[in-house]
Amino acid sequence: MKTFKGETLSWVLADGVVELALHRLPCNEIGSATLEELERFITALEALSGEARVVVIHSSLKSGFSAGADLQELYRRSQQMAAGDRVASLRDFLHRIHGVMNAIDASPLPTIAAVHGVTFGGGFELALACDLIVADKMARFCFPELRLGLIPGFGGVPRLKRDLGNAVVRDLLLTGRSINATKALTVGLVSQVAAEGEALRVARSTAAQLKKFDAATTTAAKQFIKPIPYEELKQEIDIFCELFTRPTVEAGLRKFVESTDVQPYLP
Amino acid sequence: MRTLEQTLEEVLQLAATHFKLARQELSADTDFFQKLGIDSMQALELLTRLEHHFSIELPDYEMQGVSDFRTLAKRIQARL
Repeated sequence: MKTFKGETLSWVLADGVVELALHRLPCNEIGSATLEELERFITALEALSGEARVVVIHSSLKSGFSAGADLQELYRRSQQMAAGDRVASLRDFLHRIHGVMNAIDASPLPTIAAVHGVTFGGGFELALACDLIVADKMARFCFPELRLGLIPGFGGVPRLKRDLGNAVVRDLLLTGRSINATKALTVGLVSQVAAEGEALRVARSTAAQLKKFDAATTTAAKQFIKPIPYEELKQEIDIFCELFTRPTVEAGLRKFVESTDVQPYLP
Repeated sequence: MRTLEQTLEEVLQLAATHFKLARQELSADTDFFQKLGIDSMQALELLTRLEHHFSIELPDYEMQGVSDFRTLAKRIQARL
């Protein structure tokens, strides 16, 4: 399927580039609806692999790339279930989202995340699954999960460890602070910083460059240089599910969901 | 090096531009959440602009409890 317009995202294949646009209001929160459509995208991408040469993932919302997991849905669903079913349901969701992230990470096609604004939590994890991140000057990156009593659960920790020095990983995870695009460039997270509003244009220019080379060679090079930390990714799911059973998490989620604080992202 | 008053003035100018207000509508003690009605996304945008303008990093947790420009300027000054 060369084009698709869904509730939470759309894609189009044109001139060898598949552009996946996220557009779920308010800020591309990743819940079950987005997961289903991301799974459709992965299936479609496999079918398009003969024609597609590069993938660009971006957001068409002004608010940012993605604020991360849909915490409202996570809290609501966990409250509707018996305690014994919560973790099983969560584990199923995590396996599915990891399936999507792993497919993007291991795609034979080079992948670019063009990010702007809020690129937090699960949104940051989606960007990390891509080969390159092009960041708008106004982009901010953050793993705020510790303030909910959790760790990132969509594969962010192993991928962050793969890509950055451990001191930076500790800083981001243990403080839960957000960093801007300039800092992200300095630490090697982001490959290019674009002027405000220009990340997608820069990503398209980069995609045009990536398309020039032989596809099979690009795939071989990518598979050689980019390890996928499958064992650690499984461990992350286990740790996340274990943490989720703790009362701190329910309290943290409730506080976030019920907060009228103008800065709910601060601990 | 900038004085605190210089830093404060630059913060006010930048905030006025960012929120499309006349400079004189803002003062050092303006509560930017209550008076400007800004949300968390807008607060993050302002933080990013301030970081770029002053070439500093200003961790979000330093913003906790900060709601006026004077205190914000002090936080920035401590990083110059």
